Amino acid sequence: MMRFILPLVIFLVLAGFLYVGLGRDTREVPSPLVGKAAPAFVLPLLHDANKQFSPQQMQGQVWLLNVWASWCGACKDEHPLLMDLSRKNIVPIVGLDYKDKREDGEATLRKSGDPYTLVIADADGKVGFDYGVYGVPETYVIDKQGTIKYKLIGALNTKNLQEKILPLVAELQAQ
Amino acid sequence: MKYLLMIALLLPAFAFAGLAKDMADDPVMERRMMHLAEKVRCLVCQSEPVSNSHSDWANDVRQIMREKMTAGASDQEILDILVERFGKSVLFDPPVDKETIPLWSAPFILLFVGGGILVYQLRKRKGLLVEAQLSAQDEQRVAELLNENSASEQTTVTSNQEKDAQA
Repeated sequence: MMRFILPLVIFLVLAGFLYVGLGRDTREVPSPLVGKAAPAFVLPLLHDANKQFSPQQMQGQVWLLNVWASWCGACKDEHPLLMDLSRKNIVPIVGLDYKDKREDGEATLRKSGDPYTLVIADADGKVGFDYGVYGVPETYVIDKQGTIKYKLIGALNTKNLQEKILPLVAELQAQ
Repeated sequence: MKYLLMIALLLPAFAFAGLAKDMADDPVMERRMMHLAEKVRCLVCQSEPVSNSHSDWANDVRQIMREKMTAGASDQEILDILVERFGKSVLFDPPVDKETIPLWSAPFILLFVGGGILVYQLRKRKGLLVEAQLSAQDEQRVAELLNENSASEQTTVTSNQEKDAQA
C-alpha cells in the first residue's frame, strides 16, 4: 500500500508547488525599502519648476507616492482609479513623473485629468532609482513618520486598492 | 515609395547609434563596469544580466555604476547600493545570510535526503536477498533443473515470483 501512497503524496506536493508558482508574478520582487524611511530628495514641481517639493513636507500625514510617466502604458490603465480616489479625497496622492519630458507629462494630465495633489518631475530618474523603481507604475504608501509601509509594483486595480492599499491607509491614518 | 523604403531600412542603424553614446570615455573603467554589471540581474528582463540588456532600466543602472565609479566607489559599495534599493535578488549570486540560507542549503539538504533514501532502500533490498536462502531440498531441485537445459528460463521466472510473494 505504502508503495503507491508515497509517490502519490510526492506528486501532489510537487503539483502544489508548481500550481502556486504558476500564479506568481516573478516581476514582483519584494522591496527592501518597505519598513525603511522614504529616501529624502528635493525635486521641482511639474507645473512650476520654480517650486520644490521634498518628502518632509508630508510629515504628519499618510500619503501615496505614485510613480508614472506619459510614455507608460499601464499608467493609463490605473488612471481612472486614481481619478476616482482623488475625488473621494481620502489620502493625498503625490505624482512622480518619472524620466519624462515636462511638456509630455503636462499634456497627459491636461488631456486625461490630474488626480494628484501635486506632481514632481524626476526628469533623469535619479529619485526613482533611490526608490527602487524599475517598472512604472509603482505606488508607495508612506506613513505619518515618513516610513514606506507598502510598495506596489505595477498598476493599481480595484482588487489591490480595496484589499490592500485603502485598508492600510485607513489603519495608518488612525494611528 | 522606393525612397521611403530605403529610409525605413536605414532606421535601425539610427537606433544603434543611440547605444554608442552609452559608453564611458574611459575604456578601463568601462571594462570594470561591464564586469560588475555581469553580476547584476536586470529586473525588467530577469534572466539577463545588466551588462547584456538593452532595456532602459539596465542602461540607467550602467550609467549610475559609471558615475559611482568616477566618484571613487568600490565594486562592493556599488553592489550594496543596488541591494539596498532593489533587494538581494538583484544579485545573481546573493550573499549567504539568514534570509537566503534555505536557498543555499536546499541542494545539500535534497542531496542528503535523497542519498539517505537510496542507502535505506539498498540496505532493505540487501536484507531481502539474505532472507531468500535456499533450503537443502531447493538446492537439490535447482541442481536437477540446471541439468535439464530446456525450460530453464521459465523456471527462473517462477522462482523469482515466489521470492516476491515471500517478501
